[in-house]
Amino acid sequence: MDTNNTPEVVLSVKNLIKDFPIGQSNNKKNFMRAVNDVSFELRKGEALAIVGESGSGKSTGARVLTRIFDKTGGDIIFKGQPLDQFVKEHGTLEYARQVQMIFQDPFGSLNPVHSIFHHIARPLLIHKRGDKKTIEKLVYELLELVGLFPAVETAQKYPFELSGGQRQRVAIARALAVDPEVILADEPISMLDVSVRLGILNLMADLKDKHDISFMYITHDIATARYFAEKTAVMYVGHMVEWGNSDKVTQTPQHPYTQLLLSAVPEAGKSGRRELGAKKGEIPLWRPTSKGCPFAARCPRVLDKCSESFPAITKVADDHFIRCHNILI
Amino acid sequence: MNNLTASDANPSVPHHESEFKQKCRAAWKKSKAFFHGNPPGIIGGFLITMILLGALFAPVLTTHNPDKRVARPHVAPNAEHIMGTTRSGRDVYSQVLHGARKTLSVALFAGIIATVIAVAVGVTSGYFGGKIDEWMNFITNVFLVFPQLPLLIVLAAFLGQVGSALIAVLLGITSWPWGARVIRSQTMAIRSKEFIISAEVMGESKLRIILVEILPNLISIVFGGFLGTVIYAMGAEAGLGILGLGDATEVSWGSMLYWAQTSSSLYTGAWWEMIVPASALALTGGALALLNMSIDQVSNPKLKTGPHLKLWKKLNKEADKRRGLV
Amino acid sequence: MKQALLEINNLCVDYVSPNGIARAVNNVSLTIAPGETLGIAGESGCGKSTLAFAIARLHKAPGLIPEGEILYNGKDVLKMSDKELRDFRWNDVSVVFQSAMNSLNPVITIGEQLTDVILAHKKVTLKEAKDKAVELLAIVGLPGDRLQSFPHQLSGGMRQRVVIAIALALEPKLIIMDEPTTALDVVVEREILNELYDLKEKFGFSILFISHDLSLMGEIADRIGVMYAGNLIEIGDAKTVFSKPSHPYTKGLISSFPTIHGPKERLYGIPGDPVNLLRLPTGCNFNPRCSDCMDICKKDEPQLLNLTADYQAACHKL
Repeated sequence: MDTNNTPEVVLSVKNLIKDFPIGQSNNKKNFMRAVNDVSFELRKGEALAIVGESGSGKSTGARVLTRIFDKTGGDIIFKGQPLDQFVKEHGTLEYARQVQMIFQDPFGSLNPVHSIFHHIARPLLIHKRGDKKTIEKLVYELLELVGLFPAVETAQKYPFELSGGQRQRVAIARALAVDPEVILADEPISMLDVSVRLGILNLMADLKDKHDISFMYITHDIATARYFAEKTAVMYVGHMVEWGNSDKVTQTPQHPYTQLLLSAVPEAGKSGRRELGAKKGEIPLWRPTSKGCPFAARCPRVLDKCSESFPAITKVADDHFIRCHNILI
Repeated sequence: MNNLTASDANPSVPHHESEFKQKCRAAWKKSKAFFHGNPPGIIGGFLITMILLGALFAPVLTTHNPDKRVARPHVAPNAEHIMGTTRSGRDVYSQVLHGARKTLSVALFAGIIATVIAVAVGVTSGYFGGKIDEWMNFITNVFLVFPQLPLLIVLAAFLGQVGSALIAVLLGITSWPWGARVIRSQTMAIRSKEFIISAEVMGESKLRIILVEILPNLISIVFGGFLGTVIYAMGAEAGLGILGLGDATEVSWGSMLYWAQTSSSLYTGAWWEMIVPASALALTGGALALLNMSIDQVSNPKLKTGPHLKLWKKLNKEADKRRGLV
Repeated sequence: MKQALLEINNLCVDYVSPNGIARAVNNVSLTIAPGETLGIAGESGCGKSTLAFAIARLHKAPGLIPEGEILYNGKDVLKMSDKELRDFRWNDVSVVFQSAMNSLNPVITIGEQLTDVILAHKKVTLKEAKDKAVELLAIVGLPGDRLQSFPHQLSGGMRQRVVIAIALALEPKLIIMDEPTTALDVVVEREILNELYDLKEKFGFSILFISHDLSLMGEIADRIGVMYAGNLIEIGDAKTVFSKPSHPYTKGLISSFPTIHGPKERLYGIPGDPVNLLRLPTGCNFNPRCSDCMDICKKDEPQLLNLTADYQAACHKL
């Protein structure tokens, strides 16, 4: 992809903040900050992987983008327009059509009492994609597109008759039904059998390449992030600490947290105790009032100012950025 | 969506047009599967069907008018009056079948009212959460502590007599809280499931989500709650009747018990006047309870006691024998 | 040649379901030497967890063991009396299950759960049990004041350490671990693995490690066995299984894992879906998905062949 031909930005997020109330007290509500000052861009036909462990805020971010949650601060710009303006002009249904989501649990994402046909026909009906005959044809076409043959037979089945991988394909077909621009995939393969995962990843890659759909791929597995996505972003406790070209981030990580993640991954043949460099610590609960870098408590390169302010963005290479006070080059 | 491969729909597979027929066929298959290997379901279903048919066809199945004096009082069961006669010379058999209509209709009516309210409150509360949930919970708790029978007794004493329609309504609007609670927590559990979030992200309207996505998943507990309420309402109606607070002039199992009580039927040896309506109540209650049990088996397949467990026992014993353990 | 600690011969485990009898473990034979870590890899439905449960005789209706023997130090576990079984369990063999939250009682403190285990098997006073509990927590790297905590007050990683501490309570010779780190984040997983390495060195127990993560197994196991649809299809030393697999399924499985540092190329994995145990194909269970399938594969089930003294695979191609 030469620089003259960089695809346009479809979804852009700037300084996104999301707080949740915790605890129950009558007067003051305690808040926890799930996403803090996160910015990224999603381009047409490109995949951005968001990598992080539990509590990193990656799923919350996706749910804010699909308007399941409202944002607390920051800007979300879809196709050049601020999100609220877009929704006002084109309606919630139109945004829902263009930004779709697939979930982690293949057993929870389909309603057990409805047939597969119903699951895929519903979005087509809601978004008025044609009359009954057209919709029926589209359902079968979609099932074949995601690799579920024979389509007519599969459409008659109920979720409990399908395997995990097949259900996930149905979920993808359902998301595709309305011709979306963006698909947010929240850990789509982590609950599937190993031999099935690759099939789903390859399917998503085909959809991305052949149909120009942008993907936001949320995962805890940095290896699949590198395999599937052109860009990778690493999140820790709601903060984006390193992002850029997937190869650069995974092969030459600069942020101590990314380095920690990569050094922890099991590798066949490398038996024996592996010291991690980072101190043992619990994942902190971040509040709106918390200051500094969330990784300060565990960082092997921690400085005094790390507890005072969250670092600014530093460009360490072409298409490779980190946020760190103590960069070693 | 370019690059798509079109495929002709296989003509031998039923088309979407006859979806209704498909659904009927599926429902029939499901009900057959429900009863298979399900003894409580079979017995309960059979009994309840018999009782309902008996009540429905009461005029056809009985020759005597239940309200008229047709023989001498307290005649023991014989060929003419197979369940004997009451103190007033009325045929017990005709009474019990005609009485079934009254008692069962009150119970069913109360059950329907209670279930409708319970579903409305429970689902709304569970789905919307927040302030709506708080208010609904408050109302539920208020109705929960309502003393039903004392209320009915006081009302009856005040009004002189309480007609069965009023009883049904009152029972209905005071027995919904239990069901509402259960439905609320089930709705909350389903609400957080991803297929609901998916429907919302898809742009589905909230009403449709409740009716089409959530409700069908609640059918077994709603139905279980309905049956439970019917059993309770039946007992309550009989309880009121025997206290003389129902309409003693209408024939119902409760009023039969009332007259049996006031005529000291057990004391005078005319046991049939008391035992017949009492057994009818017990039998119906038991049948409904069995049905309730069988629904549990369907919704939780682990409770199924099927023929495969017998096979397991046999095979296990054989294996132990081979190992020299038995 | 040291006598094997655990020897499984021709073990079969069946499940009786309303729809038929499913053979979850089919004629599996393997050995575990003292101090050895044997990994069993496979996907859902392959029978690895069933195998693990059977070793400690934890299988319940509708599962049954129609054939085979499980010899622990020469004694058949399946023939043990109740008393022998009680001594065997936890003293000789203990189990670490997948989800710690499911193995720990949520309404009892950690300390009580530890002392319960100790008191159930040893005649000691409560104080002695408590001291031992503190010792065990220290071994897995947890402070002694955690004795008073309830499971929900601990993080996922800490809970898993407690479960490992409970498994170590009576210093067993064999610990069965069923996907012990699958539900954990990768950094926490690494910490648990480090603990395990230390513990192994200190106590010298054998581990039967069950997982679907082949890279993890390639790291921690001495030998790896691969199961598919109830059959043990390949077993040998970890390095060879990982770098030079013989069975097409193992090859496919290894190529299903994108690597971080390898070349960036399209992988193909294994086509098709995991097998339904009630509807097994004739011949080799893997033949519908196998790219090297031959005619004989559809007719005859392949047997385990000795490729070398310590390496076996079951495939008609070999």
